[in-house]
Amino acid sequence: MHPASSIIIFTTLSGMGFGLIAMLGLGAAPDDGTAGFVACALAFVLTGIGLASSTFHLGHPERAWRALTQWRSSWLSREGVLAVVTLGLFAIYAAFWVFAADRVALFGILLTLLSLVTVYATAMIYGSLKTVPRWQTGLTPLCYLLFAGAGGALLATAISALLGGVPQSTLLAALVLMVLAWAAKFLWWNRADRTTLASIGSSPETATGLGGIGKVRLLEAPHSSPNYLMKEMVYRVGRKHVQKLRLLAVVLGGAIPVLALLVAVVSAGGAALLVVAVLSHLIGMMAERWLFFAEAEHAVSLYYGHR
Amino acid sequence: MTTLPAQTDKKLGLVIDLDICVGCHACVVNCKEWNTGGYGAPLSDQNPYGADPVGSWLNRIHTFEVEATGGSGCSGSEAQILSNGKDARVVHFPKSCLHCDDAPCVTVCPTGASYKRSEDGIVLVNEDWCIGCGLCAWSCPYGAREMDAAEGVMKKCTLCVDRIYNENIPEEDREPACVRTCPANARHFGDFSDPNSDVSVMVAERGGMDLMPEQGTKPVNKYLPPRPKNRPVQSAAQSPSDNLAALAEPEAKGFLGWLDSALEKMG
Repeated sequence: MHPASSIIIFTTLSGMGFGLIAMLGLGAAPDDGTAGFVACALAFVLTGIGLASSTFHLGHPERAWRALTQWRSSWLSREGVLAVVTLGLFAIYAAFWVFAADRVALFGILLTLLSLVTVYATAMIYGSLKTVPRWQTGLTPLCYLLFAGAGGALLATAISALLGGVPQSTLLAALVLMVLAWAAKFLWWNRADRTTLASIGSSPETATGLGGIGKVRLLEAPHSSPNYLMKEMVYRVGRKHVQKLRLLAVVLGGAIPVLALLVAVVSAGGAALLVVAVLSHLIGMMAERWLFFAEAEHAVSLYYGHR
Repeated sequence: MTTLPAQTDKKLGLVIDLDICVGCHACVVNCKEWNTGGYGAPLSDQNPYGADPVGSWLNRIHTFEVEATGGSGCSGSEAQILSNGKDARVVHFPKSCLHCDDAPCVTVCPTGASYKRSEDGIVLVNEDWCIGCGLCAWSCPYGAREMDAAEGVMKKCTLCVDRIYNENIPEEDREPACVRTCPANARHFGDFSDPNSDVSVMVAERGGMDLMPEQGTKPVNKYLPPRPKNRPVQSAAQSPSDNLAALAEPEAKGFLGWLDSALEKMG
């Protein structure tokens, strides 16, 4: 699948943003109005850029509001509705926090749940596609949720370190979520490497119905230069760099943040290091998301003689 | 509404006969011609005369080579002997929207632009609502949908909905452009909900098949498999004249004929 930069930015930034809202809803970050302003502004900027980016690849961004109508059947529509509702309610929560230094605990927990469901819906846009076997697994939403949580907790830790002190609970949450997220991702990669179109029973033979005669091979393509389908769904560029990119994703997205968190546990400080860890994590996540798309095989590739 | 109708009154669709298709691409061209001036936005091309032409088409023909795994059923009039000594058969394979009963492209649509009509089962895109997100194309295993780069909306086969009910054109033209134009009669249009319709009978008699049934899309369009054929390469070898080149030489008559036979006798 074509790894569109707008979708990579959308899933990574909005994931971290909603993860931050989930952590703030549970009481992370100092309670004063200044910390509230910084934390809430960051959450709005991340989710805002992410959601705006998701509209960049649309043919008609001015009609994007229509995407809020089909929540009965479409995960993309559900994601849109949930994002709007969550951010709307979060604006109220943020107003109480910033102007009255009052964090309504139950309201916060509701926001935590809503932002997690939003991230789940984002993941299910991809996880529900039967045409991409390596995406269609419960591990896909698990990874999205854990990465959102880990990124949000890491960011909450950095904010707390900059504006006061980091409570041990936030640090531990970030550390545990980061380790769990990468553990889930290793499971996902392990499954993905074994999951091909053939493993769900699809092949050029079933795609053409000619398997009864014998082995099917593309002799001549229908068109002389790559078309929309090939650019979008038979994307194969850069698959040879998979191992290097995986290493880059794990080191920048996981190892460096974990090290920074461990330093913070020991030294009870290291705000600058945590900020670096947030940026490192974000770049690592973008590599991880690039691979998520670029490595994915789509069923339509069976008509084009390669995966 | 992007929820699918529980059932449709009719099931309009195509039967494509892989035994007959000669891969001439006439259906591809006539589809493009009709649909660039009919339903919805024109089917645009980008850089059509340049080095990398690309464009939106609703019907494409792939050509496959099938290498026989068994000994039978493969070698036909188009039979080739591969370099590895095995029989191979060339199959031209037209592919357009299959108007699936369980169309995933409809349910994933966030806007309601993609829909399946309850009256005849045709899957359509409302181009005034489509935001061009492309998720429907991702959800389709058959590659039936292509984004129009000029218009920013998703294009797909409409089963020529603007022909089949069109009372302003002669009755014989009220079928999809691809069916109307096929010079080999490899494409047929009809109602699959009627067991006595031509298409239903063809599917029953010839073993009409679904593409990628494992994807669970329940396609309406059916493909008729190529018929097994005997081996013309062998039968040609048994014919009285196995030197076909000799037949092509002009027969000498008159003086030249006498000279030819006289010289032949002289040895």
